[in-house]
Amino acid sequence: MSEQLPPKAVYPPPGVYTGVDPDIFTNSPARSPSIPAAPARPEPKLVEMTIDGMPVSVPRDMTILDACRAQGIDIPTLCALSTLTPEGVCRLCVVDTGGRALTPSCSAKVAQGMTVQTENEKVRHARKLVLELLASSVDLDLAGPVRPDGSLRAYMERYGADPSRFGPSARPAAPGERDAAEAGHHHVPDGAAAETVAQPVKVDNDLYIRDYSKCILCYKCVEACGVDAQNTFAISVAGRGFGARVSTEFDLPLNESACVFCGNCINVCPTGALMFRSEYELRQADRWHEDAQTTTRTICPYCGVGCTLELTVQDNRIVRVLSPLDSQVTSGNLCVKGRFGFDFVQARPEGAEPGA
Amino acid sequence: MDLRIADIAASPAERGAIDSYLDPRIGPARGGWDGGERNIAADGRIARGGHEARSHRDLLLPTLHAVQDRVGWISPGAVAHIARRLTVAPAEIFGVASFYALLSVTEQPPAAVHVCDDMACRLAGSEQVIEGLERELGPAGHPKPGEQRTWHRSPCLGQCERGPAALFTIAGDPPVRVSTGPLTARQILTRLDDGLKGRDDLEAFEGPAGTAPSPERLAQLRRFAPQAGQPVLRILSRVGRVDPTSLTDYLANGGYRALGEAIAAGPERVIEEVITAEVLGRGGAAFPAGKKWAAARATQSWPKNIVCNADEAEPGTFKDRLILEEDPFALVEAMTVAAFAVGAELGFVYLRGEYPLAEARMQNAIDQARARGLLGDDVMNAGFAFDIEIRRGGGAYICGEGTAIYESIEGKRGEPRNKAARSTTAGLFQKPTVLNNVETLVNTLSIVLEGGEVYKTLGTSGSTGHKLFSVSGHVNRPGVYEVEFGITLRDLIELAGGVTGDKRVKAVNIGGAAGAFVGPDKLHMPLTYEAAEEEGVTIGAGAVVVFDEDTDVLDILRRIAEFFRDESCGQCVPCRVGTVRQEELLARLIARHPQGTVEDELALLDDLGAAMRDASICGLGQTANDAISTGIRIPGVLR
Repeated sequence: MSEQLPPKAVYPPPGVYTGVDPDIFTNSPARSPSIPAAPARPEPKLVEMTIDGMPVSVPRDMTILDACRAQGIDIPTLCALSTLTPEGVCRLCVVDTGGRALTPSCSAKVAQGMTVQTENEKVRHARKLVLELLASSVDLDLAGPVRPDGSLRAYMERYGADPSRFGPSARPAAPGERDAAEAGHHHVPDGAAAETVAQPVKVDNDLYIRDYSKCILCYKCVEACGVDAQNTFAISVAGRGFGARVSTEFDLPLNESACVFCGNCINVCPTGALMFRSEYELRQADRWHEDAQTTTRTICPYCGVGCTLELTVQDNRIVRVLSPLDSQVTSGNLCVKGRFGFDFVQARPEGAEPGA
Repeated sequence: MDLRIADIAASPAERGAIDSYLDPRIGPARGGWDGGERNIAADGRIARGGHEARSHRDLLLPTLHAVQDRVGWISPGAVAHIARRLTVAPAEIFGVASFYALLSVTEQPPAAVHVCDDMACRLAGSEQVIEGLERELGPAGHPKPGEQRTWHRSPCLGQCERGPAALFTIAGDPPVRVSTGPLTARQILTRLDDGLKGRDDLEAFEGPAGTAPSPERLAQLRRFAPQAGQPVLRILSRVGRVDPTSLTDYLANGGYRALGEAIAAGPERVIEEVITAEVLGRGGAAFPAGKKWAAARATQSWPKNIVCNADEAEPGTFKDRLILEEDPFALVEAMTVAAFAVGAELGFVYLRGEYPLAEARMQNAIDQARARGLLGDDVMNAGFAFDIEIRRGGGAYICGEGTAIYESIEGKRGEPRNKAARSTTAGLFQKPTVLNNVETLVNTLSIVLEGGEVYKTLGTSGSTGHKLFSVSGHVNRPGVYEVEFGITLRDLIELAGGVTGDKRVKAVNIGGAAGAFVGPDKLHMPLTYEAAEEEGVTIGAGAVVVFDEDTDVLDILRRIAEFFRDESCGQCVPCRVGTVRQEELLARLIARHPQGTVEDELALLDDLGAAMRDASICGLGQTANDAISTGIRIPGVLR
């Protein structure tokens, strides 16, 4: 029995591509006898601008941050990361471009004739206050611009930030209290203590923990989980104002959420709010010793992609797996196997020595 | 996008609400993939999604409203169903729903009342109302077991002339949404009960009875538009004289003459006239409207959008409400003129969720205009297409901000964008967009009719035309006043009947929470953009709240600090944490427990203010300290 086939679709539909010879779709056009030369490489488009009084020429599409760094100027950042779309929310990287308000250098592009001041009084004041406001509300012990390495402390000193100006810290929130914050409402404070985001650590799976007392809401994990890397969308910023927090839908535990445990959020978290459970437990037991650790770069053994792994090893055990942001293969991203599937490496018979 | 959606079923009511909103717009669900009946045989061979599905993201907020209206909260089941229908991740839907104060992500009883405790209502005794409700219904948002009613505090509801005001939301099919005042706790409780019994006469309390013009109606209207019916009015000329629900009546009173003129003159000429008129944006930013139109017209990208900012949430401001409720056809016409001038096809009215009567009147106006060919594929048979959609805000002041409004319409969290591109280049949906305030748009009608030169003769050289001021607080006749630019603050207060009880003025708030306070030494100040700038204040959207000599202004400042903390979107650090620290600081001053001396606290307040002003992303954070830092320095405020 032969089925009636639908009439063959005519593509393109007649009349759509006006001005184009319809034959082009069926007959390739005749080759030109002499192949034209490749077009000349376009001149790099440069703009002239002034950074801290210094005239410079920089590529047109550069961010102000990159242009300043190329001049050797150190600008602190928290929410910016080379592998993610700049969100421009922490406001630590602000510079003065002569406008009424300051400009976030991480997301703003350079422009012809622009004058940038990276360390004037207005800028220093804003950075000092941003650091004070953050430090008075968030646990910044481990925070650093890129990795949770505590290096933010140097900037606190550089800008003379004193978070105690806002008074003693208020008591930590009860479990679930911050997750129940309703948009547009809060308990009216008495001012005696400075409210913080302190709350119990969320430990709901074997692989990683979420310590939102350390969360500065830089949006990096949300970006890494979403369009910038993983496209899983397990987390989003929920609530608003000081009640804003990173959350799964209805604060579901991670294993009931869409989380695929790729751990790419851990790889971008600058404050240690997201942490390997192995690292967290060692820190809790006061057995996390960075001076006794080695870092080994290797290739993931699982599939053929060949992702670069960066193993943190302590006492001859893998305690954390990262991937370098500048790896051409991964840009810092891994899957659940490469990130967490390392137990087999250290599943040795009882008493056996490594290498035996 | 491969979504993982929890296997929780939406209730029939939730499904009904979601599907009856979405089906007419995107068609019914076609299988298990997009929220319909699961059919293993078919679903296993077809995957739906991709760009087509994701392009409906802008329907997310209205869909959430549909659920909230029907069942009173957004449950996990509802989120799962919406996620399938719109191909949006549940976490993102939760992120959006939890952003808006009028949407609830925890179970709530069907009947809720949102009681305004902002500046004007505070003076009118909102705290007594709240005490009464708390006694009867328990703490805000936490009803007693089995209770069908609950209450919430609310920022300004835009009913400042009739405080204490409240917004009733009673979930059901159909839902009841009414905003009115003044009310006592007893009246509120009765009306909640009435609403639960399905008595729709709750709506009758809302505005002046009926819609047809009559002496009685005019008298009632004068309660909030005291000048209604006076011949000097230009913006409010039809208020009280024309039935706001009748297009026929509008047409008989000069309606659609401006659009006719505009079509005859051509788009370039219309823009020229608006530029000549030098009309500045009335929403607060005072940007020249003509320049905006010209820039949007010049951008080579289509389709273009007109967005009317009707998210009038600035505390103390209620002038747009008057236009929306009493002359909605004028706004429809003005948006059509703007669309014709810039070549836009899509119009959105982003209307604050606290204005149910305005929404009903606007929807009626749009529907009637469409039925008569004044909106649609061929407007007035003039060969251009334009249509308008209302998008209801969810109770978020930030969504009145120039880019947060686009994010909100696009179905995202209402977070302002880091200003990279101008609206007129890449605004709503990254397309050229003209964003105008209600009052600005309505002004353009008389510009088209009389020409920019004539318009320019009104007002002062820096502030042309007439301006609406929302006057409230301690004045005898609070309401919306239309005056020519140049009137002094003192004369405006006199126009509003003077200070109640013949008391002296202690302070006046100009421009709302984002504005500033002035003392009695500034009453001579002309209310113009240029004079305000000289005095270091802002006209903003034209809120004027008067406080007499006996007012505890410090308490008002604390309420403003509370407001900014609640309304900050939370994106950037200076605003998210700065607004918290600012409120704590004021609490210490009120409790007379400063850290160090009062001067130390004031210095810290200024430090906070400078960082918020310089480093915040948007206007909310940049102005969140202005009212407080100006108010606290008025003599007698900080005793």
